[in-house]
Amino acid sequence: MRPRATPYVLVGPATLLLLAFGVLPILVAGAVSLTDLDAAGLGDVSRVRGVGLANYAELFGDAAFWQAMRNTAFYVVVGVPSVVVISLVIALLLNRSQSRFFRFLRSLYFLPAITGIVAIALVWGYLYNTQFGLVNYLLSLVGLGPVPWLSSPGLVKVSVALVAIWRGTGLNTVIFLAALQGVPKEYLEAAALDGASRLRTTWSVVLPLLRFAILFVTVTTVIAWLQFFDEAFVLTKGGPLGASTSISLFLFQQGFAGARFGYASAGSVVLFVVIAVITVLQLRGRRSDVEY
Amino acid sequence: MSSTETLARPVVTPAATPARRRRRRHPWVTGVVLSVGALATAFPFAWMIVSALKPRRESMAYPPHLLPQQLTLQYFTQLVQQLDFGRYLLNTLAVVLISMVGLLLMAMAGYGFAKFTFRGKEPIFFLVLTTMMIPVQVTMIPTYLILNGMGLTNTLVGIALPTLVSAFGVFLFRQFMTTIPTEVIEAARIDGAGEGRIFARIVLPMSRPILAVQVVLTFITGWNSFLWPLVIASDQNLYTLSVGIALLNQQVATNPSLQMAAASLMVVPVLVVFVVFQRHIVQGFALSGLK
Repeated sequence: MRPRATPYVLVGPATLLLLAFGVLPILVAGAVSLTDLDAAGLGDVSRVRGVGLANYAELFGDAAFWQAMRNTAFYVVVGVPSVVVISLVIALLLNRSQSRFFRFLRSLYFLPAITGIVAIALVWGYLYNTQFGLVNYLLSLVGLGPVPWLSSPGLVKVSVALVAIWRGTGLNTVIFLAALQGVPKEYLEAAALDGASRLRTTWSVVLPLLRFAILFVTVTTVIAWLQFFDEAFVLTKGGPLGASTSISLFLFQQGFAGARFGYASAGSVVLFVVIAVITVLQLRGRRSDVEY
Repeated sequence: MSSTETLARPVVTPAATPARRRRRRHPWVTGVVLSVGALATAFPFAWMIVSALKPRRESMAYPPHLLPQQLTLQYFTQLVQQLDFGRYLLNTLAVVLISMVGLLLMAMAGYGFAKFTFRGKEPIFFLVLTTMMIPVQVTMIPTYLILNGMGLTNTLVGIALPTLVSAFGVFLFRQFMTTIPTEVIEAARIDGAGEGRIFARIVLPMSRPILAVQVVLTFITGWNSFLWPLVIASDQNLYTLSVGIALLNQQVATNPSLQMAAASLMVVPVLVVFVVFQRHIVQGFALSGLK
């Protein structure tokens, strides 16, 4: 009765776009990574030569690449646990009351998540300013500082990560809050009747029920921090001396500033493999966790 | 609703009195703790707006004054006059509008996956979900090469296209539309309604909650979008607000007041949209069954 084509018409456009800008780029990166494509090659295809695995060989010998890898590892190790734990704790606390006041607080926590990165760069650049920034002034009131937030190679990663944690918490808090609304009241009542304390109930009843939400948030947060880009790009451009450059930023610099598309594509493939392996490992790890 | 209220129910028995006392005390302490955190989180925004209203001399003063001694709107007028503000605003709104087309495509796909059985449905849906795991930054350079091959660099469509459709959006629509009763759709079909009409007149109106969330989120991401406008638009006529403001930041000699005014212009419209629709956002996530 209904035309056979209908579901394909419905699903087709979105699927094609996702393939064109999700899957196809990976294949393109794979192919381009074996060439020396640059700005000249972009205009005239006949000038592009295949170079085999030379881009990969150069990449693995590039000190800047390894520095970016180490920086990215730092961002993931510091950022992911911070964002997941902070947003979970805020969500659990916010969930204690449905009053107007708590709803107002919830929106304050969500604010950084909806703010454009350019505005964030301007505001935090001003706050972190070493001459007249408010952060150093506040520190000086308690006898600390002045701290060179964005100009010290040792500290810059921390400063940049702080901004990203500030910005990344709100969305995950909202996801956790939505999941908390799905916790059946009966379980909490049963726990209360058995005399369980609130902490105990949270630990033994609520958190296990949030398992899927925690897995979802962790996996997406790990992916987000593995491709950490925005905050470092706008606040420091990866500096000083590459001290805050992440892998994504390294790729951006090689690809767009240096127009070395072949070389940057090789880096993209490496980053993709790293992310894919870590994501699969996380999903595997969780599955066995559920079974016991 | 809340765990506090459910915990309150058995307190009639004397044995549960400690639970009641705890209930009374906790939300109050929780409220204070949360308030401190919320104020710290929101403080940079307050500082932004206050500093935008100060003259330059004051915003560069050390030690800084928390409140401006002299109020001025001169930096906002300066921005609107010097910056090609009207054009940037139009470009930004155009990008937002094009993104709304993507929203329609996501709703269609969500409906297709939720309410139809067709050959290849499972593998296609799996493929869609897989793209959720594919990182954006990884595909940045090849995507640029693809757009370049399609001749879409330096166009507004090229700016919006890479992020037009998100797998997560399709997923949320599908989750929600699964809850629409199939009988309603079948009844319309028996009455002779065409598939397009069913989608526009029945499915979309019944999906209003999830549509609201998606419209708000699409507006926010479109408004804030920075990377693709920066990469794709080499012609200044195609700059969006965020790109214009980012470049302004490099041109002008240090003037925190002007910078904070620019940041405020970016943030305040989003704030307004968010305050008006914020209930939908949280509800929408809950309704989509993300548990």
